[in-house]
Amino acid sequence: MLSGLPPDLGRIILLTLQLATITTLILLVVATPLAWWLARSPSRWKEVVAAFVSLPIVLPPTVLGFYLLIALGPQGPGGALAGLWGGRTLAFTFEGLVIGSIIYSMPFVVQPVRNAFAAMGDRPLEVAATLRASPWRAFWTVALPIASPGLLTGAILGFAHTIGEFGVVLMIGGNIPGRTRVLSTAIFDYVENSQWREANILAGGMVVFAFAVVLAMILLEKRVTGARP
Amino acid sequence: MSAPGLHARFHGRIGDFPLHAAIDAPASGVTALFGPSGCGKTTVLRCIAGLGRMADGFCALGDEVWQDKSRFLPTHRRPIGYVFQEASLFPHLSVRRNLLYGAPAGSMVGAAFGYDEVVELFGLGPLLERSPRNLSGGERQRVALGRALLSQPNLLLMDEPLSALDATAKEEILPYLERLHARVSLPVVYVTHDMREVERLADHLVLMETGRVAAAGPLADLLSDPALPFARAREAAVMLDAVVRAHDPHYGLLELDVNGGRFLTPAPAGVVGEHRRLKVTASDVSLARNPPGPSSIVNILRARILHATETGPAEMIVVLGLGEAGAGARLLSRLTLRSWETLGLAEGMPVYAQVKSVALARNRAVREA
Repeated sequence: MLSGLPPDLGRIILLTLQLATITTLILLVVATPLAWWLARSPSRWKEVVAAFVSLPIVLPPTVLGFYLLIALGPQGPGGALAGLWGGRTLAFTFEGLVIGSIIYSMPFVVQPVRNAFAAMGDRPLEVAATLRASPWRAFWTVALPIASPGLLTGAILGFAHTIGEFGVVLMIGGNIPGRTRVLSTAIFDYVENSQWREANILAGGMVVFAFAVVLAMILLEKRVTGARP
Repeated sequence: MSAPGLHARFHGRIGDFPLHAAIDAPASGVTALFGPSGCGKTTVLRCIAGLGRMADGFCALGDEVWQDKSRFLPTHRRPIGYVFQEASLFPHLSVRRNLLYGAPAGSMVGAAFGYDEVVELFGLGPLLERSPRNLSGGERQRVALGRALLSQPNLLLMDEPLSALDATAKEEILPYLERLHARVSLPVVYVTHDMREVERLADHLVLMETGRVAAAGPLADLLSDPALPFARAREAAVMLDAVVRAHDPHYGLLELDVNGGRFLTPAPAGVVGEHRRLKVTASDVSLARNPPGPSSIVNILRARILHATETGPAEMIVVLGLGEAGAGARLLSRLTLRSWETLGLAEGMPVYAQVKSVALARNRAVREA
């Protein structure tokens, strides 16, 4: 049975998981302060920023991929960044894929975290302030723990969404085996080459994975809302 | 401006009316901020805490200025304790960790409020390891009170701490508040729209009406002031500070001294010298010009008429000073205009006040936890 699996499947899965994990970790660090600002700032500009962050939801991935390709290429900031360690471009590299994934999956992390911060309201932070907690301490000891279900939801969504991305990867990653070939592009390859059996195995695996993710989210949601005081 | 106690002035707008409030709370005792819903009480309290901000404001506790033209101390730097209307416990922390959240790090030896003492004071022992989710409304509010005290405040602010509770829970928590009142010697500002809480807890009263302070002063003065709505209300009453003098075990009567008189009331024995609060309702006080003959009324006190006002077409409210000279505590008496005229009563006249019933408004009686 194992011999029937595609030979490079292990490497593809590993790379996909690496990409999704790194992307999710960076997203949590970047999206949490952004979501905090979106949930609490009185600024009139915040909805403009929120709309900008949400663009990847509606834009065709090819459009996003096209701009990313330019930005990551030798003429763009990505090329300049790559120059720091002697590279010429970030396009068609794993690092470029991470940057693309971060932008692509950002709204799926920002939204649930923002909602969690907004649902919490001002009260817990006011209480913390009346108990001498500085805003910094209140954020770490009160806001984050109370919003943790939202952070978990955001992490799961960001992770799953990164695993599922295809268009952007194809545009900026180039589907290079061992460097940028991930599950979604591998399926495309197998179909192109009429390797239906291999495509079937990967596609079926993705369906099972997606189902598990959605089920986990629903159960999580239920546990959190059911336990509200 | 360095007198002890709280001094606060705020000018601004809330909603569609202007706010001009000056609040002074003495260095110890409960100052009730009383008024109808929406009159600005909570806004004022939030401004004192620094949770709200009026551009034109001043706020100082003793010598420490928290807000004036040039400075505004953020809430977490003000040594306050704040009890919100709903208990607002941190849902992710146990009762114990909620209690200790604001407590100074390290040893609490020498702190004004010790952990064990606060746990004991509010009967929190059995709750410590529980999650706030599994507490009743009354229990949560007790934890919130304890948590506020353990942050070692120099000023305690309470925003209608009982209004979110049902009648049973209120009754359960009032004794704890009375216990707190007896224990603390820091200024307490207590926002409420419930006269019963004022009667039981307040020493000073600030009456607010749509964004301004209508009257302020010691509770006894305001309750007996015929110019204010309290004395004119149907249920007008005065609260008297009384000291336990003796107990008659045969008849089960407690004898208490007030300024200018002495009362007997059915009550269990108390410690001699202990302070109690007596409530005397205006409609329970009738007047006689001569010493009444044998009567079932136990409490007949000499008093002098200080002031009388008509409160309607048929009724009067009479302010009495206890004692022959009328120099003692104030009482209110509600009379019909007819009685006033047929008895030929007048301001300045000595009378006998017959008090049909007095109630102990504040019992020492706190069930030991």
